[in-house]
Amino acid sequence: MKLMVSVKRVVDYNVRIQVKPDGSGVVTDGVKMSMNPFDEIAMEEALRIKEAGNAEEIIAVTIGEQKAQEQLRTALAMGADRAIHVEVDEDIQPLTAARVLKALADKEQPGMVLLGKQAIDDDQGQTGQMLAALWDRPQATFASKVDLDGQKAKVTREVDAGLETIEVDLPAVVTTDLRLNEPRYVKLPDIMKAKKKPIDTTSLADLGVEAAPGLKVTNTAPPPERQGGKKVESVDELVSELKNRGLI
Amino acid sequence: MSERDVMEYDVVIVGAGPAGLASAIRFKQLNEELEVCVIEKASEVGAQILAGAVIEPEPLDELLPGWRDNPPNICVPVKRDEFRVLRKGGSSRFPTPPQMHNKGNFIVSLSAVCKWMAPQAEELGVEIYPGFAAVEALFENDKVVGVRIGDMGVAKDGSEKSGYTPGVDIKAKLTVFAEGCRGSVTKQLIKKYKLDEGKSPQTYGIGFKELWQLPEGRVEAGKVMHTFGWPADKMTYGGSYIYHLDKDRLAIGYVVGLDYEDPELKPFEMFQQLKHHPEIKPLLEGGKILSAGTRAIVEGGWQSMPKMEMPGALMVGDCGGTLNVPKIKGTHTAMRSGMLAAEHAVANELSPEGYDALLRGSAVGKELKRVRNMRPGFRKGLWPGIVNAVFETVTFGLAPWTLENHADWSSLKKVNEYTPPERDFYQRDLPPKDRLQSVYFAATDHDEDQPIHLHVLDTDICVTKCREEYNNPCTRFCPANVYEMVEDEEQGLHLQINSANCVHCKTCDIKDPYQIINWVPPEGGSGPNYQNL
Ligand SMILES: Cc1cc2nc3c(=O)[nH]c(=O)nc-3n(C[C@H](O)[C@H](O)[C@H](O)COP(=O)(O)OP(=O)(O)OC[C@H]3O[C@@H](n4cnc5c(N)ncnc54)[C@H](O)[C@@H]3O)c2cc1C
Ligand code: SF4
Repeated sequence: MKLMVSVKRVVDYNVRIQVKPDGSGVVTDGVKMSMNPFDEIAMEEALRIKEAGNAEEIIAVTIGEQKAQEQLRTALAMGADRAIHVEVDEDIQPLTAARVLKALADKEQPGMVLLGKQAIDDDQGQTGQMLAALWDRPQATFASKVDLDGQKAKVTREVDAGLETIEVDLPAVVTTDLRLNEPRYVKLPDIMKAKKKPIDTTSLADLGVEAAPGLKVTNTAPPPERQGGKKVESVDELVSELKNRGLI
Repeated sequence: MSERDVMEYDVVIVGAGPAGLASAIRFKQLNEELEVCVIEKASEVGAQILAGAVIEPEPLDELLPGWRDNPPNICVPVKRDEFRVLRKGGSSRFPTPPQMHNKGNFIVSLSAVCKWMAPQAEELGVEIYPGFAAVEALFENDKVVGVRIGDMGVAKDGSEKSGYTPGVDIKAKLTVFAEGCRGSVTKQLIKKYKLDEGKSPQTYGIGFKELWQLPEGRVEAGKVMHTFGWPADKMTYGGSYIYHLDKDRLAIGYVVGLDYEDPELKPFEMFQQLKHHPEIKPLLEGGKILSAGTRAIVEGGWQSMPKMEMPGALMVGDCGGTLNVPKIKGTHTAMRSGMLAAEHAVANELSPEGYDALLRGSAVGKELKRVRNMRPGFRKGLWPGIVNAVFETVTFGLAPWTLENHADWSSLKKVNEYTPPERDFYQRDLPPKDRLQSVYFAATDHDEDQPIHLHVLDTDICVTKCREEYNNPCTRFCPANVYEMVEDEEQGLHLQINSANCVHCKTCDIKDPYQIINWVPPEGGSGPNYQNL
């Protein structure tokens, strides 16, 4: 079986996000970019499935600018066998991403497509679900445990009320949650070897995919600045302070 | 334990700063067959580089002709210089010392310059690996044959975590150390090969920097200002730099000589005070900080430069101390020393022998020799220092003497032998409020479950001798509040090391009066993530 893993280039989780003065988006000039952490977990899970002998090949896919190849190289260094870069310069919306992955799934026929449950840049959290619908295959989202059993996968999901275990027929879409695994450290010799692994480059047009311009970002604003706290001496003072501010 | 992989190269370069990258590029330009790799402890190239920075462009012109058509993202030609001596509440303008004339120079972010140089090196075939720290040199028959990379996935107590990955050994015919100021592997090698024998002790400063986004129209792009004097007292060497960038951005910073005497001195507080000087504060009010950081700066100059070669290896840049202090510039000399190292090695079958003499006789050596007496002149205080500097300038550094440097850790006075000067500081209201808030602007990150990378060899001293003699100066000189003396029922009074806050400035390794703090690299990729500093 083949596994397909989608990885997205996002602003690194350590970066203090700054909104552009004109509100048109966030500053990415000089900012560190990395693989979306949830995608790293998806990648790690694929590696574990392969290492357990349940898959033969892992294909990493990214949709994005030329530089997104850096994230594909990371996926290859982690252990993906080959990579596909769908080169697009504009921001990608979930529906477009889902259409691309559907087109690639038709072509590559993977037994499972693994994605992060969301990307930490826009936190949309829709791509996996949309892909399952377009591809007309089962979905197991927010996975915290994945067990393969022949043509089926048993997946534990993190839901509001606790954990839920479901069984899906393969091929299926799995989106990964934080607790599924801890991604491995990339080894230096593997980074070197990854430079020699193949990356196929393609485009929306090549795949016959139409971009979905459904969403439009009208404004980006930072959260309001936290007002400094104030220490009060007594309960009375606290009550009067709350009253003064119209909070009680 | 898993097997340790070995990788082999012709040349391995430790550190992707201006020195390391310039060297790597030069190696490949001179011989494209050479296999050259650069390792860097930061999570990406430039993420732990911090400088003013006004740079002299000549080495870049030589190394990357045509770079001016494809400049790094911050690159503002200097338009004018201003030099002031501050006192509390006011200042006097002084003629700009000749070393500080910056016509033809550029204001850049050195962090961004390195990030911009790295892909150009890669295009030439250099392999660059950020996220990997060299922890020690490898030896064969007493000769350096490469470096060992730190292990990943070790728990705080030293046990192996599930993802434990042993670091590789990188072997090379020639190892080039480019670790920057107070390099941790370089420090071991200087000791092992006695490279500082017959030299003056190395000296340092602690340098702060903040990058500000200011309200429209306030910044005068290309203006360069330096100050001396307040908030430093007469006996403390301290000065600020204020560089006006484009896009309403301003770089402001402060350097305090680590040869200060006052055990109670708080270098971070001095920087914050400087920002509140009535001639500086209006510039910043209403703006916001984009990023901030701290890094030690090497100040020993010519007489403190160790022998720059040893069997199998060379040093380039500030790990050897090639910085020109009166200019407060080390980038051009770091780059030149890196290029020279490559030129020498390629011409001599990768042998380091003779590089030290070549460097001393080169433009870098001449430049450093000429200004060698400037910084030590300030040991007697600000005004004698300025008088000496004027003398050294008019005599072109031809005086027959060389003033000695003294180790910074030895200059600290004991609490009971020292009366701190009246400081009379301002009430502060500009950000950051305190050191922890400043660390937040450095975006520093360390996995908490890893061994503490600040080795304090004897923590009993902290509660006994040091408390009495110096009142635990580490709790004040560290810019990131890593060291705290805390008291609890279990351990009583003891030193707590908040190592996750560390910004890798190396000040503690330098200034601790008992020389028992040893900074070692944490897990690769840990530490500050500077943006455009
Ligand atoms: C506050 C301040 C202001 C300054 N202003 C100016 C200025 O205006 N103009 C100017 O020209 N110069 C300025 N400098 C000096 C300048 O920053 C240095 O001279 C220059 O950075 C030296 O270059 P380098 O390559 O030797 O070292 P660095 O730039 O320090 O680079 C060393 C690199 O090696 C990495 N490294 C270190 N140890 C290891 C290890 N064990 N394993 C792997 N990687 C490692 C580090 O992370 C870093 O990336 C300033 C310095 C400071 C602190
Ligand atoms: S612990 Fe040492 S190296 Fe780290 S920030 Fe503090 S003084 Fe600098």
